[in-house]
Amino acid sequence: MGFQLRVPLSPWNWLLLLVALKSSGASSDLNESTNSSAQHDLNVRFAAASFEPAETISVFSLDYDYVQIPYEVTLWILLASLAKIGFHLHPRLPGLVPESCLLIAVGALVGAIIFGTDHKSPPVMDSSIYFLYLLPPIVLEGGYFMPTRPFFENVGSILWWAGLGALISAFGVGLSLHLVCRVPAFGLGDVTLLQSLLFGSLVSAVDPVAVLAVLEEARVNEPLYMMIFGEALLNDGISVVLYNILIAFTKMHKFEDIEPVDILAGCARFVVVGVGGVFFGVVFGFISAFITRFTENISAIEPLIVFMFSYLSYLVAETLYLSGILAITACAVTMKKYVEENVSQKSYTTIKYFMKMLSSVSETLIFIFMGVSTVGKNHEWNWAFVCFTLAFCQIWRAISVFALFYVSNQFRTFPFSIKDQCIIFYSGVRGAGSFSLAFLLPLSLFPRKKMFVTATLVVIYFTVFIQGITIGPLVRYLDVRKTNKKESINEELHTRLMDHLKAGIEDVCGQWSHYQVRDRFKKFDHRYLRKILIRKNLPKSSIVSLYKKLEVKQAIEMAEAGVLSSAAFSVPRPAQRIQETKRLSPEDVKSMRDILTHNMYQVRQRTLSYNKYNLKPQTSEKQAKEILIRRQSTLRASVRKGHSLPWGKPAGTKNIRYLSFPYSDPQRAGRDARVADCTGNNDSDSELPSSPFYTPSRTEWLQERRGTQGIIPMKSLPRGGKLPSFGSQRKTSRDEHVGGGGRAALRPEPLCHTVHEERDSGEDSEEGASTGGSRWSAEHRPSRGHHRSHSPLLRRK
Amino acid sequence: MGASHSASEEVRELVGKTGFSSDQIEQLHRRFKQLSGDQPTIRKENFNNVPDLELNPIRSKIVRAFFDNRNLRKGSSGLADEINFEDFLTIMSYFRPIDIAMDEEQVQLCRKEKLRFLFHMYDSDSDGRITLEEYRNVVEELLSGNPHIEKESARSIADGAMMEAASVCVGQMEPDQVYEGITFDDFLKIWQGIDIETKMHVRFLNMETIALCH
Repeated sequence: MGFQLRVPLSPWNWLLLLVALKSSGASSDLNESTNSSAQHDLNVRFAAASFEPAETISVFSLDYDYVQIPYEVTLWILLASLAKIGFHLHPRLPGLVPESCLLIAVGALVGAIIFGTDHKSPPVMDSSIYFLYLLPPIVLEGGYFMPTRPFFENVGSILWWAGLGALISAFGVGLSLHLVCRVPAFGLGDVTLLQSLLFGSLVSAVDPVAVLAVLEEARVNEPLYMMIFGEALLNDGISVVLYNILIAFTKMHKFEDIEPVDILAGCARFVVVGVGGVFFGVVFGFISAFITRFTENISAIEPLIVFMFSYLSYLVAETLYLSGILAITACAVTMKKYVEENVSQKSYTTIKYFMKMLSSVSETLIFIFMGVSTVGKNHEWNWAFVCFTLAFCQIWRAISVFALFYVSNQFRTFPFSIKDQCIIFYSGVRGAGSFSLAFLLPLSLFPRKKMFVTATLVVIYFTVFIQGITIGPLVRYLDVRKTNKKESINEELHTRLMDHLKAGIEDVCGQWSHYQVRDRFKKFDHRYLRKILIRKNLPKSSIVSLYKKLEVKQAIEMAEAGVLSSAAFSVPRPAQRIQETKRLSPEDVKSMRDILTHNMYQVRQRTLSYNKYNLKPQTSEKQAKEILIRRQSTLRASVRKGHSLPWGKPAGTKNIRYLSFPYSDPQRAGRDARVADCTGNNDSDSELPSSPFYTPSRTEWLQERRGTQGIIPMKSLPRGGKLPSFGSQRKTSRDEHVGGGGRAALRPEPLCHTVHEERDSGEDSEEGASTGGSRWSAEHRPSRGHHRSHSPLLRRK
Repeated sequence: MGASHSASEEVRELVGKTGFSSDQIEQLHRRFKQLSGDQPTIRKENFNNVPDLELNPIRSKIVRAFFDNRNLRKGSSGLADEINFEDFLTIMSYFRPIDIAMDEEQVQLCRKEKLRFLFHMYDSDSDGRITLEEYRNVVEELLSGNPHIEKESARSIADGAMMEAASVCVGQMEPDQVYEGITFDDFLKIWQGIDIETKMHVRFLNMETIALCH
């Protein structure tokens, strides 16, 4: 059946096409020439060789059969990856077209090539391979990257919708199709009720994750996003459970005489399977979290533990005929929180990337299979069946959406509007799941399997391409309520405050609510679970280590700056002024928000932007960090040798001056500022070497700083020890997180003052500590001092 | 609530004043009696009966908000010593969910009231401005749950937030201009894009709630 590639092909894709053609062509040629069927055993090969009298030793020969399966699989995966690269090179395409469109297109292409070259495709996909190897990574990845807080906030609605939606859809489609089959004109008389029901269940397996990227681009509101995500997550599990139950029914010999008892048993089984799966998942999640507690010295196996236990949960659940999908999802969700805290940074990254990789591979293979099946001779086209299937899928989905949300809206404080519901309806994009289930129908029980496969393929293509591509414009057209992702510290603060306020008021009213369930769980978690599952003596949270690193980075920057001549630093004032009106840079804000999110009383994760096919790239800040860390040790070494650092000296040495944050206490500020500013500058001139010194003192710093991020704009020292004026016309240099809003020189009191080292070990030097970055030794002449601090600080990446 | 005539009159009056339904008022009255130990008024000490509140980092602010004269609409500053049921309801009414049926103007009004409540929580000295110190205080309290974060971090965050607020509210500042604090109008500006009405509400259920009696 002809199929048009609608994905615009960039030059890269043409390149890929050529590569693909060549390789497939090459492989099929080889295949034909060796004149053998797809696989040969090693033995056969040797046997054949031994039968023929070898006359000469061939210097160069090819043995394609030996490697055919892995070779072709690898080629397919590579092809899909190259296509993805091409896809993402286009600036706007990823936001408009779901990535599954691309994968399906690639699959169809490969299918066309294989069909065209008459090559027998290796049977990579059969039931056990699919359920045991291809499916778990996909589900694991979905569960692991699920944003937990929004999920649990909406868990009631999500369960109600995902569970019942799948059921209503399945039975609705199945029954309607059954009715259609009764009509003799369509020639579908031999499709029984059970078969229709089974078909209904598999064709209702939606995979809306594909559209999530598009929705995220359009920035739809969080509950809506979560609803779709939750459905994606649970729908697979529910469909597979339903599918298995119905297959079991089909296998019963007396299936014409199914009693109501059997139906009840089926329902009970449904519940048991679901709940049992989740239970096992949670148990395995806890076990693996517990084990990662002890892997400190052998962090290389941490990813292994994570993956093996998740997979084990899946297998154990499958052994007991429970839902492996729900088990692995529950395992991932449970495990994630504790594992993230226990494992090393690198293991964490490895886990994330590996998970994405595995799921990518699985999905690609499934889509390729789909493509291969599309272009082939094993179709049975029945107009009535296909059209009705398509129609009923849409109709029943609409019915289930509107009916279920009507009910659940009664219980929600903020109901989903009709627009939201339309979007949910329209996001019912089918995917790899339904195709696999159709493909794996046992032919013996389903003589008309090909028809089912054809119909499923039509539904998939239709929904992925038509709905997938048009959902973006639809969202924009409907003007669905958007998130207000305001990137600001204020917002974070206020929202946190609000959460606590709500909790407090609810406590006072004695109301029981979602919020409190979560609260209770958190308390339980803190009191018991974390003690058991999280490593002891954990170094201060990753946030603090982040700060340390960033501080060091700052120091390095300043060191570098020190190399430059001071002339270069007479940055024109106007430029600074302009800079000041900038708001805090996004990175600064982000880092501040990171602190807030991680350390506020209740950790709340915003809905991460979930992209099934990619992970968020690291910010350049982190890259700088890496460089920094590498350099810090060398710097430290050099400095130690060169100078006797004041850091170690007892209190009483006024060495380093930190420019403190403007809002220091008046009395302190007054006292010190004057003293420090005027004298300090000159004093410590000789004592401290230039900025690099800061590095060695990092540890002290850190104590003082204590991982503060976001330092506040400070006022620079006036030249010649003049008292600082406020109004921050000077640059509000802070650490690299220079706050643009320096204008807000808030208090008229002497803001700037330097903190002496003698001040109690940093306790007190809050201001100094907070300023973090601007600790440049006042030894430098003030002007140089500031300028120096100016430039590196202003020079943000 | 008994079947006495005057009681239901009161209830109706309260329904009119605060906007709660009579069921909700009954629920809250029961709770009020629980908290106050059957006294007609509640004092600050009575809030100690709510054990879960102990763990709340902004506990003191919440309790204080109940007695704040500005919230009770009895004055522009200061704290009341005790509050009666009507005052209790007044405070609770700040947390009613915004009714979808309300028109735009009413929604705006509600929003403003809620934001004002929040503003009063920050502005502890009732001078109409949230100063840096007050802001810092709030942030410290919020972060107090985590032992790893020290005061300095809290301060810097507060400072940064203030900075941001200043740039939002005042924009370009003259070199010598001083930003003294966030006024209520500035506060409104900051919250402009954010749907507070969706966040600041408590579901007062009509049905029998599972009252958490401790």
